[in-house]
Amino acid sequence: MERRTIFPGTWFPILLVLPQLALTAVFFLWPAGQAIWSSTTRADPFGENTFFVGLENFSDLFSDPLYIDSITRTLVFCAAVALLSMSVALLLAVCADREIRGRGWYRVMLIWPYAVAPAMAAVLWLLLMHPQVGLVGAWLNHSGIAWDYKLNDAQAMGMVIAASAWKQVSYNFIFFLAGLQSIPKAVIEAARMDGAKGWFRFRSVVLPLLMPTVFFLIVVNLVYAAFDTFGTIQALTQGGPGKATETLVVKVYRDGVVNLDIGASSAESVVLMIGVIALTAMQFRFLGKRGEK
Amino acid sequence: MQRRTLLTGAAALVAAPLAAPISAHAQAAKTKIVLWHALTGANGEEINRLAREFNASQSDYELEAVFKGSYPETLTANIAAWRAGQAPHLAQIYEVGTGSMLAAGKAVKQVWELAKETGLKIDPASYLPAVRGYYSLSDGRMASMPLNSSTGVMWYNKDAFEVAGLDPEKPPTTWAEFHAATVTLRDKWAKPMMAKSGGPDLVAATSSWFAWIQIEQFGAIHNLPFASKSNGFDGLDAELKFNSPAHAKQLQMLLDLSKEGAFKYAGRDAQPDPLFYSGQAAIGFGSSAGRGDIARNAKFKWAASVIPYDPALTSTPNNTIIGGASLWTMTSPKRTPAEYKGVAAFLQFIGHPDQDMQFHEHTGYVPVTLAGYELAKKQGYYEQAPGADVAIKSLSRGTVTANSKGLRLGRLPEIRNIVYEEVEKALQGQQSAQAALDSAVTRGNKVLREFEKSVRT
Repeated sequence: MERRTIFPGTWFPILLVLPQLALTAVFFLWPAGQAIWSSTTRADPFGENTFFVGLENFSDLFSDPLYIDSITRTLVFCAAVALLSMSVALLLAVCADREIRGRGWYRVMLIWPYAVAPAMAAVLWLLLMHPQVGLVGAWLNHSGIAWDYKLNDAQAMGMVIAASAWKQVSYNFIFFLAGLQSIPKAVIEAARMDGAKGWFRFRSVVLPLLMPTVFFLIVVNLVYAAFDTFGTIQALTQGGPGKATETLVVKVYRDGVVNLDIGASSAESVVLMIGVIALTAMQFRFLGKRGEK
Repeated sequence: MQRRTLLTGAAALVAAPLAAPISAHAQAAKTKIVLWHALTGANGEEINRLAREFNASQSDYELEAVFKGSYPETLTANIAAWRAGQAPHLAQIYEVGTGSMLAAGKAVKQVWELAKETGLKIDPASYLPAVRGYYSLSDGRMASMPLNSSTGVMWYNKDAFEVAGLDPEKPPTTWAEFHAATVTLRDKWAKPMMAKSGGPDLVAATSSWFAWIQIEQFGAIHNLPFASKSNGFDGLDAELKFNSPAHAKQLQMLLDLSKEGAFKYAGRDAQPDPLFYSGQAAIGFGSSAGRGDIARNAKFKWAASVIPYDPALTSTPNNTIIGGASLWTMTSPKRTPAEYKGVAAFLQFIGHPDQDMQFHEHTGYVPVTLAGYELAKKQGYYEQAPGADVAIKSLSRGTVTANSKGLRLGRLPEIRNIVYEEVEKALQGQQSAQAALDSAVTRGNKVLREFEKSVRT
């Protein structure tokens, strides 16, 4: 059944992939190369004196206990965001997969938040959670719960996790819904005839068939939490109070853009890049193997 | 039909340069000057007004003011542009970026160099000492041109003072009086009002720009060093000094007040501002440039007062230090002497007393020249807007010392971030005031050494 199209010659195929190759070169290879080069130098902000320092920026990073803390914090943050956004999305997708009235609207409303820019999302959360002027924040304080994310590490972390996860629920929802719909009806019906019900049927029949989607989403969510949450965190807490919500990407911005320490900031970017490459490689291997089966 | 349209179009194209030869010629003769800035709202409009009036005042130069984002964004964009050989002629850089700009070498042309090259006459003595000191080399030569300068002040809610039984015309002038006032405000204003109305949380006092006002200004007022080497003016090898027992005692007082519910830390930089504007805080430390916003938002009687001092530390409190930004002349490989002349002409233009006074009155920033201040006084501005001169009085109190001239430290924005982080930990009870300051000094010194290495090696 498989149809393959083989283009003749050498130049025509190259021409066809050229736009993609050019995009990769300009938006990935070039900046990534620059980052790797900068990470081995020490330079003043204006780049008038640039010196090669080898791996000094990296050894400085890893000998700084604050950086190690930041790595741990980022891992916790990413895991929490992925777990929260995926479990909520899965729950919603399972509900939306059924025959219910207004299903179309329900789905549109769930997908909507994905279109909200991170900074906008953060402002919405700010309006809700601000301890003095926020709807929820002020209400909490009034009901005797001391809510102040500007001076409470745990509350600040909880809030940025919730805000970041909320943004990603839509994305996960689309994939879970598609995954659920691609499960053959016959399998479900067979399970039903065998007497498998509710939770048991979900756990032993639906979930295993959904695993490729789950695994794909784990990787995507971890990458999202590691990179795309910058706007949300910066607008909500700027990494504070103390360093309670300073993830690696917030630190890259702070060292590079505010502190103008290009060498250190590039070294941090390279560390992040290695992390993402590792995650992606894992995803390819795992999904590739499943495909072969 | 189609052909005719095309032909007509072609004819128009050919004719266009001939049709308006005179205006095109005049356009070409004008030298274009670009200024990048970070001012928004009323302040942004004001810089556009300066550009408009400068362009109308002469026929040789055309200045274009371009908004480039926040202060850090403008600085970063400026650096990236310089690296690409595309720097603007003038860049507005915030005061804490001064240390980095002074280390910029050939990327900038300092005001004294510009004056020498273009024959521009700029007399440093015509600028307010506290303003010019921040932007001058230690021998007095001016490095950048002051534009918008503010200082820290204490805003207070007169209505709240009255309710609490305090004299609204006598705001606290010492920290001991401040302490007593906040406790009274908490017990006789905040608590009863909240019990009565069930409205929003009220708090006696808050502070914007905590690092700038409660640490940097505190040092200047009491002649305590923020860093060695005259706060960094005399060398890149300066070390931070703001962990003295006096600093720690002051911070501990604020920590204690916070614990007792009489002082509220409501975030970094300007985040606490709305607390005072909305009437939820009776005393709000903030920038004097907040005047316009307060006038627009506050539904109560308010006034400004000089930041309190501690008589046990000094009987003659010093001037406070400035905040805000200055204009730096940037270089570029293709820049012509005529363009530098245009830059010089604009810098001279904004230093004109009348322009300076207008900028002051339209924005709430202080006049940067003595003549501009005199003019505002002569025209009776301070009778119409009482208290508008609190910032100037605060800036010109006493004599400027090595500790009150300002700060000249590389990566100062990062040092401020570190101060915020350590203070936030202390406010949560994770460490004492002394431990917070010690830790901030240790971490800050590391940042200074990194900066020193990056510009020296």
